[in-house]
This record gives sequence, C-alpha cells and structure tokens, in this order.
Amino acid sequence: MAPLDKKEEYGAFDSVDEIFKIPALECGAMADTNTFAAAPEHNEPLGFPGELIDNWQEVAIAKMGELAEKNRAFQVYLDACVKCGACTDKCHYFLGTGDPKNMPVARQDLLRSVYRRYYTFAGKYFPWLVGARDLTKEVLDEWYTYYHQCSQCRRCSVACPYGIDTAEISMAAREILDTVGVGQKYCNEIIAKLKKTGNNLGLNPKALRATLEDLEEELEDETGIPVKLPLDVKGADILLITPSADFFAEPHIDGLLGYAKVFHAAGVSWTISSYASEAANFGMFIGSYENMREVSWRIRQAAKDLGVKRIVFGECGHAWRVGYSFLNTLAGPFDFLDQNYPIPQHIMEFTSDAIDDGILKIDKSKNDEFIMTYHDSCNVARGSSMGRKEGGQFDLPRKVLKAVCNHFYDMEQDTIRENTFCCGGGGGLLTDDLMDLRIKGAKPRMTALQQVTTDHGVNKMAAICAICKTQFSKVMPKYGYGMDDIMSVHQLVANAVILDGQETEEDDAPETAATEEK
Amino acid sequence: MSTLYAVLFYVATVILIVGTGMKVARYARTPAPLKIPVSPAPRTKRGVWFRMFREVAFFQSLFKSNRWIWVFAVLFHFGMLLVLLRHLRYFTQPVWWWVDLIQPIGVYASFAMLAGLGGLLLRRIVVPRIRYISSPSDYLMLALFLGIVISGMGMKFLMPVDILAVKQFFLGLMRFQINELPAQPGVLIHLGLVAILMIIFPISKLLHAPGVFFAPSRTQVDNAREFRHLSAWASQLPPLPEGIPEPEEGK
Ligand code: SF4
Ligand code: SF4
Repeated sequence: MAPLDKKEEYGAFDSVDEIFKIPALECGAMADTNTFAAAPEHNEPLGFPGELIDNWQEVAIAKMGELAEKNRAFQVYLDACVKCGACTDKCHYFLGTGDPKNMPVARQDLLRSVYRRYYTFAGKYFPWLVGARDLTKEVLDEWYTYYHQCSQCRRCSVACPYGIDTAEISMAAREILDTVGVGQKYCNEIIAKLKKTGNNLGLNPKALRATLEDLEEELEDETGIPVKLPLDVKGADILLITPSADFFAEPHIDGLLGYAKVFHAAGVSWTISSYASEAANFGMFIGSYENMREVSWRIRQAAKDLGVKRIVFGECGHAWRVGYSFLNTLAGPFDFLDQNYPIPQHIMEFTSDAIDDGILKIDKSKNDEFIMTYHDSCNVARGSSMGRKEGGQFDLPRKVLKAVCNHFYDMEQDTIRENTFCCGGGGGLLTDDLMDLRIKGAKPRMTALQQVTTDHGVNKMAAICAICKTQFSKVMPKYGYGMDDIMSVHQLVANAVILDGQETEEDDAPETAATEEK
Repeated sequence: MSTLYAVLFYVATVILIVGTGMKVARYARTPAPLKIPVSPAPRTKRGVWFRMFREVAFFQSLFKSNRWIWVFAVLFHFGMLLVLLRHLRYFTQPVWWWVDLIQPIGVYASFAMLAGLGGLLLRRIVVPRIRYISSPSDYLMLALFLGIVISGMGMKFLMPVDILAVKQFFLGLMRFQINELPAQPGVLIHLGLVAILMIIFPISKLLHAPGVFFAPSRTQVDNAREFRHLSAWASQLPPLPEGIPEPEEGK
C-alpha cells in the first residue's frame, strides 16, 4: 500500500519535523466548533440541573471556590503558572488548528482569569494588571467551546516545569458547567445510559448474551475449539471489565476474541458481567467525582455478586486510568479479592505473564502481512502504569506485540511513550459533531505514522484504547489509510495464538465447525 | 528616610512570611481527592524525592520541553541563587567563610541574571504565542527583577555606595534598632524594589516557588493499586447501595 499518495482534503504535515513547527496563530479559528449541548434528560440522571439555571453566575463562582477547597491540583495549578510558554506548542489541537486558545496555558487562562477576578487579591483590585475578567455569558460559552476541545491527554503537563495539568482544569471547568446546567450531550447521554443498562451503548443483558454467543460460534468456526465468552457466571475466577465497543465494533471485537483465547489457553475461568458490562467511565471526562464513583461502584458490586477472585480490564485507555489510578479510591478496598494479583489487573499484564510462563503457543508468522507500529494511548501512557516496573505501560504492550508479530517499528521518539500524541478523539470528544476538530487533532499522530510508513513500510498501527480505535478508524481514511489499518493489540495476539488441539490446516476448519454446530 | 525604609522592610518581611506561609498552609491543607501523578511516575517515596530534586535542581521537564526557556530560566534562577548567597554578607557578622569565598562568583552571577531576564523578556515580546499569553503583570514582574538587578549592579560597578552603612542598617533592623541608611539613589531604588517584590510574592505568580512542591501531578507516588488513597471529604460521601438490583422484567 502507498498511503502517502492518497492524501485527502486534510493532509498530514510534510515531514515528521514539521509536526513540531509552531503554526502561525489564527485567533478564533476554532471558536465556532461547538459540541452538541445536553438536553435535560441527559443532565438530570447525573444529578445536574436540566438547563442553564437563572443564578448560574453565582453558582458557578461558588463552585469554583468549592473546587479550590476540595482539590489541591486545581488550587495549586491556578496559582503556580508563570506563563513561561513551555506548554504552548505541546497540544495536538493547537498544532492542528493554530487557534491560540488551544494552547494549554491559554486554555487554562480561560478559567484562571475568572478565578483571579473573584478569588485573588490582585484580580479583585487590579484586574487589568493580571488579566482577570468577570464571568459573563460570553465567558461561559467560551469555556464550553474550548474545554470541549481538550482531550485531557496531559501531554502539556509533561512539558510544564511545575507539572500543571490542563486536563485537571478542563475537568473542573466541565464540572462547573454541568453544575449550572450546561452539559455536553455526548458524555452525559452516555453516563445516563450506563446508569440505566450497565454499559455505554444501552445494550441489555439479553442482547449482550446473544452477541457473545455469536462470537463463540465464530471462534469455534475458526479454531474448531469451543472457546467460551461467559456471561454472569458465578464463582468464576476472573471478572473481565471491558469497553462495550469490544462487543460490537471493529477492530475492538477482535481484541475481545484475543482475550478469550488467552484466558482459554491459560485455563482460567472468567466471566463478563451484564451489570458492569462497561470499562469506560465517562465520569472522569466531566470531572465528576460522584459520577465516577457511582460508575466504579458497579464493578465492585458485580465482583462481589459473582464471587470472583480477580478483576481484569480489557483494552481501554481512560478506563484503565480510572481502573489503575482511581478504582481503589472510588470503590475500594477490595479486600474480598485475591491479594496475590494486582487489583485491578490489565489484560496486557495477564498476557505478558502468560507469555513469560510459556503458556501461550504462538505462531508469529500468522501476522507476517502486518508491519506494525504502536500508538501509546494518552491515558495509559500518562495516567496509569502496568506491570511491576515504572514505564510498564510502554514496555508491556510492545513486548506483547513483538512476541506475536515479526515486524515492529516505533514512531518518532517525541511522539510516543510519555510524549505520545492523543488520537484526537479522547476526553469525551469522540462525537461526530466534533469531526473537524478530531481530524485536525489527529494530524501530529498521522504525520508520525506516515513517516514510519515511508521509512519501513508500516501498514498497521495497534492501540489498546477503545476511543483511539474508533477515532482512528474514522480519521485514518482522511489521511490516506484504510479504516482497518488500526488494530487491537489482542487482535494480533488472537491471530498468532494456537490453542491446544486447534486445527491448523485451514481446509479442516469449516467442516469441524459445521459438524459441531448445535 | 531611614525610618521609612525600616518600616517598609518590617512590613514587607511580615507580608512575605505570613502571606506565603498562609498560602503554603492552604496548599498543604487542601486534599488531593485522586491519585494523579503524571506517569511514568516513581513507585516509591524515595523515587518521588529524586524526581522532585531533578525538577528543582535541573528543571528537568523544562529542559526536555523548551531548550531556550530552559537556558534563560537557569541563568536567571541560579544567578539569583548565587547573588542571594552573596548578599548574606550584609546580614551576618562575622561573615561566614563560604560566603566570603563566593563573593567574586556572585558578581559574575549578576550578569547571568541579567542575561536570563533579558532573554525571557525578549521572548515574551518577540515570540507571538508567548506574547499572546502574557498579561501586563508578566512584563512588570520581569521589569521589577531587571530594576533590582540593574540598580544592584549600578551600585557595584558605577556608583559605589557606602555599603558598610547599609550593612549596619540591616544588622540594626535585625536587632530592632534603626541605624542610618545612606540616602543614595542607588540604595533607595534597589531596596525599594526589593521590598515591593517581597510584598507581592504571596499574591503573584512567584508562588510557583512553593507551588512546585505541592503539584500532585509530580509529587504523588504511583502506588494507587497497592495503597488506598482517600481524601477526608470523599470518605464523608453518603455510602452507595450494596448489591445488584433485580433486573427489570423481560431482560
Ligand atoms: S491536556 Fe492534551 S488536549 Fe488538553 S490542553 Fe493539554 S495537550 Fe491539549
Ligand atoms: S508550561 Fe506550565 S508554567 Fe509554563 S505556561 Fe505552561 S502551564 Fe504555565
């Protein structure tokens, strides 16, 4: 394939160096890009007012003060910025759009300027001096616009000498907006759905069971072995918590089949829960501790109810951040689980251990047509870890990839690991009404990808985040790739793993499947 | 004039210490509800100390993210450190031996400060995106530092002042007595600007100095799975219901 000739309307940068060339400032370039607002029926189930309340100004200012009291990060970050500018060119949305309000510090300032006005000496008495401003409706609208152009990826935080994390500010801003009744449709609708059905898609247990049964058949067709995808099995060892996209979207499903094969090969009993059939926790995107806690609580209840010993998370970026960094806080202590395993554990840790223990029989050549690279998802890279060593979140996926395929090349150093660029769709922005932003925000990543395509013939990119996968399958075609050029890491695992007793001759497989059909 | 400056310095010192102390107490008191270290982060306390040391001593993140700002920031901050240490001789009697030793370096350090400040100011004016994020106070802050450095260097190199008298003035202040402060313009300007700096410290972005030690993204240990981290206010939240509700019919 030669994706470089097929550039469409958006086009990547010409070379990888260009990614880091700072665009000319284009004031207001993205001012009219707004995500759909939530309706009352989306806001209310989350405990927020249905629509903009009358005394919104008062409430918003009070909420800001409350957050400063309750969250050290918010408080310190608002004070400590020296406007050095080191973060200004680190945001993919700025690099892709040139809108100065997408520079991390400028994004923070949208809120900082208001905080100063009401909560600091200088801002109260000399507002012009420190750029403080009143909270007006225009300011509120501006918050809505630009805090929904931040994917909370934390790339800017890595750059800042004080670690100031714009993601925290943007979460706080969204919480303030929600508190006065201005929610974002995409996030709030999803959380409302989850509270009703246990997953973001609104899949009910019956539909879920039917889907899993279809997948079991598919696996049996392929391998000739009855690999199970169990649902609500009491007494199973492992509860798998995975993003609901794994049940229906490509390439996510192939990842799910990969987990199933690994579990099967490892001989552990496992189950999915219909009550907690979702790893994603959009409570994080809207900065709502309470909502995040409620969503996490379901996992605890499901684990207790099913009597499992371990919890394993599937491939999902922000879900893993919540799982790894917050779950113990929000829904712990997990003293009823087996303490010999990390709680929760990532499927990558599980598979990596299985590889180390020699449990998996692997035929790498099954992936020979793929020349791979790996996209570090931001929430995994900068918001969590894996394994026993610092940096495991970078090393484990690469180790697993290299164990199952022969061709692997990393992208430019400044675009991977802790410097990874967001896919462009994280943080609750994975919605069609923000497509323009998503495509532009993907530009740095796409450029780095094109570089390895040119240099090494890379034709597929793997990721371990449901949002990344969905985002890439949508935007990669805009940059001349196919929508299936993004893969799940466990999809490659699934391809390469040979189960015990599996028919390896391709022509035997259909027959076996046909005879064993029930 | 001496009395005026004496009062000014007492007030400035109190504001600096009390104001900053209050801010620090506030930072320390405010809970961090979640574990948010920016990873890869150290898994141990000792690792975090080491991380913070690299940040404070070498400006590690800045080094990685913007080399020019790093150069100017290092020149300015480490120049200032040396200059401040050099100034200890105006507050100690007898002067500590190592303060004596660094006197000549301290003089050169003032040039480093000047270069650093000049570079930062120039960037602020010339680089469009940094100009975009600057408010008047950001320029004024640099101007204030420049004023202090230039007036200080002026006294050293151009218009020597009766430095012994200045020292007597400060030694006096430390014993709560007011000695004569030489009313030379260099002295008055330099000390006046320093007092202003001390006064605005707790209400300005200079708070980045204590703030850096309280940023959860850098100071937290990455051990959320091993140890449960729970803030006081979060532990007071109403408990959520135990158990799984019966599925609605038809499902
Ligand atoms: S968190 Fe990511 S998206 Fe948000 S401002 Fe920082 S770099 Fe940009
Ligand atoms: S890098 Fe940090 S201190 Fe510098 S402008 Fe950005 S947020 Fe402010």
